[in-house]
Amino acid sequence: MKEKKINVMERVREASKAVVTGVDDKDIEHWVDIHIMGKAYQVPADLTIMQAIEYAGYRLMRSCGCRAGFCGACSTIFRRKGEYKLQGAMACQTRVEDGMMLVQIPFSPAEKPLYDIREEKYDSSVLLKYFPDVARCVSCNTCTKSCPQDLQVMDYVQAALKGDFRGIAEGSFECIQCGLCAIRCPAEIVQYHMAQFARRMYGRHGSKRDKNVENRVGEIKEGKFNEEFDRVMGLSVAELRDIYTKQQNTREVY
Amino acid sequence: MIPKIVLTSDHVDFLKKVSELSGQIVTKCDQCGTCSASCPMVDGMDITPSQMMRLVQLGRREVLESKAMWVCASCFACTVRCPRGSDLSKVAEALRQILLRQAIDHIDIKSIPEDEIERLPQIALVSGCRKFTG
Amino acid sequence: MSPEQEKGKTDPVDDNQAKGTMIPYFPGCTLKTKAKIFETSALRVARCLGIDLIELPRWNCCGTVTSLTSDDLIHHVAPIRDLVRVEDMNTMGEIYQEYRLVALCSMCFHVLKRAHLRVMQNPGELEKINNLMYLENDYQGKVSVLHFLELLRDIGFPKIQKTVERPLAGLKVSPYYGCLLLRPKEAAIDDPEDPVILSHLLEALGAEVINNPFKTRCCGSYQTVCDKAAVAELTFDILSRARTEGADCVTTSCPLCMFNLADRQKEVMEKHPEFAPMPVLYFTQLMALAFGLDESVCGFDQNVVDPRPLLREKGLST
Repeated sequence: MKEKKINVMERVREASKAVVTGVDDKDIEHWVDIHIMGKAYQVPADLTIMQAIEYAGYRLMRSCGCRAGFCGACSTIFRRKGEYKLQGAMACQTRVEDGMMLVQIPFSPAEKPLYDIREEKYDSSVLLKYFPDVARCVSCNTCTKSCPQDLQVMDYVQAALKGDFRGIAEGSFECIQCGLCAIRCPAEIVQYHMAQFARRMYGRHGSKRDKNVENRVGEIKEGKFNEEFDRVMGLSVAELRDIYTKQQNTREVY
Repeated sequence: MIPKIVLTSDHVDFLKKVSELSGQIVTKCDQCGTCSASCPMVDGMDITPSQMMRLVQLGRREVLESKAMWVCASCFACTVRCPRGSDLSKVAEALRQILLRQAIDHIDIKSIPEDEIERLPQIALVSGCRKFTG
Repeated sequence: MSPEQEKGKTDPVDDNQAKGTMIPYFPGCTLKTKAKIFETSALRVARCLGIDLIELPRWNCCGTVTSLTSDDLIHHVAPIRDLVRVEDMNTMGEIYQEYRLVALCSMCFHVLKRAHLRVMQNPGELEKINNLMYLENDYQGKVSVLHFLELLRDIGFPKIQKTVERPLAGLKVSPYYGCLLLRPKEAAIDDPEDPVILSHLLEALGAEVINNPFKTRCCGSYQTVCDKAAVAELTFDILSRARTEGADCVTTSCPLCMFNLADRQKEVMEKHPEFAPMPVLYFTQLMALAFGLDESVCGFDQNVVDPRPLLREKGLST
């Protein structure tokens, strides 16, 4: 059984090397030494943590998602050699460093309470009703230090105690729900679930209604765009392909 | 019949632990009872503050099973009135912390009824969590 | 802003007025939400006395209670971080050489003051706390934590009396101090057995002060979370005695005392049906009334036990 496992790792490693790096090993000049879950590997220096893990022969079934820094799946915790500070990062967005000792955190176990934002009172007490753990915050700032998106997490948790929905919404706007804050929090708060609830509540009850959006929705309901939609739906595949290609070929920089 | 009280090293260890954690010289207490007379919460306690101190002096771990330190409201009445200058509020806190640090919470915040939580001001919930959860 | 603040959107503090002495001010969570009226009335009466209470930027919850074990440092981080903010305000030029920090809530005052004293007495602990908060500036120990009542005492009660436009004549008020303003000694703003500061303030406002022997007895504090019955009994004792001594209403300085003495009257009446509701007010609300400020500042509509019938009876309505 053991031999079979080694063979699989070897085969995956061989298969993924060229895919991950795009070049032969002999052409790589700079190498770094890293530890993945306690085991030592030498990997090309330019790789991201995720690519390095795959280069080492691991096939990521979890802790891997969009590979673009948006989905929050590839949470990683690491220490640099000689340093005691524990760092948090997204594996797909962070380059490996020499001496890095890393581990993946594929999941942060946390129950999300069930709520209906249409039914809830827009009031500071509703935050503590669903997230009483927020009252345990000791303002230690560990969440902020763990955040791979450089958010001021403690500030938005404190905003929750102040009933400041907008503060939570703005402070957590770029949260990708990677879970590192919740995993490390000594008070066992689940920051990201609370923030999501607050953003929803703020969006529904707190923020100003956009006049343009309301107008447009009204126009749609009146049927202003029905003719145009019907025309497009009536086009053949060839006609659609033609329109699409022309559009893609325009020299617009997005 | 005078009951015999045996002090073993385990008792001494417990006394030392509470003394260290509270930063108080627990053996200073001469059982005058002023703290018990001052305590506004004493009616709800199973043992009085003086009895709590006595049990700690004798190194009795059973004091951790009592209700008294959980009924304490940290009002510091005992602290300002103790003629020996002992801070009994710190001893009560030490006893609470010994249990809380073993992950034995006194309240479960998730089981507070929703209508209660909506009523409670933040200050109540935060202080309740500090004193009753680890 | 909390939704509660949004509702009272017309900020009663008129920013076109000339600025008075600027002093940093720590609100605490509850003053932004359930105890909004305490803040509104306090900021405005301070303005009347030539003081601009400037809210601390990026403040965090102080923790409400002081951690009492000898080894715990993490629970002192939060209040120390708030004290760093005061020093930062000075360094950033937002205020000039002002290291006083005023708190309205008794619990916040207590925690901030004791945290400062703790680290001043233990430089090794201060160093550890500063190292933990490596993203902040180090706390230098310069801050002097004051309760608003102390600030009023410093201003002088005669001056306050001069600012009174409508003396609270005929209003019999029982001052209630609670615990954390007076005990233990290192945090006390007055004598724990025989405090007078609230009495002096109320006299300056023209009210009749009713002494209540239970004025320094604990309201039950955080026990309200899991033992409402005990709190109800304490409230019953405190308020009944105030009534027997002749008081019309009680005044307090702490949102938790307010909750226990006012909101929990519901639980008192469940156990003692003969108990008649007793109005409980923040002392700053009485100051606002006496200074002739309008209803939106006094905020009597937000008191759990409506004091307006009583005030009308005394000829003191706004």
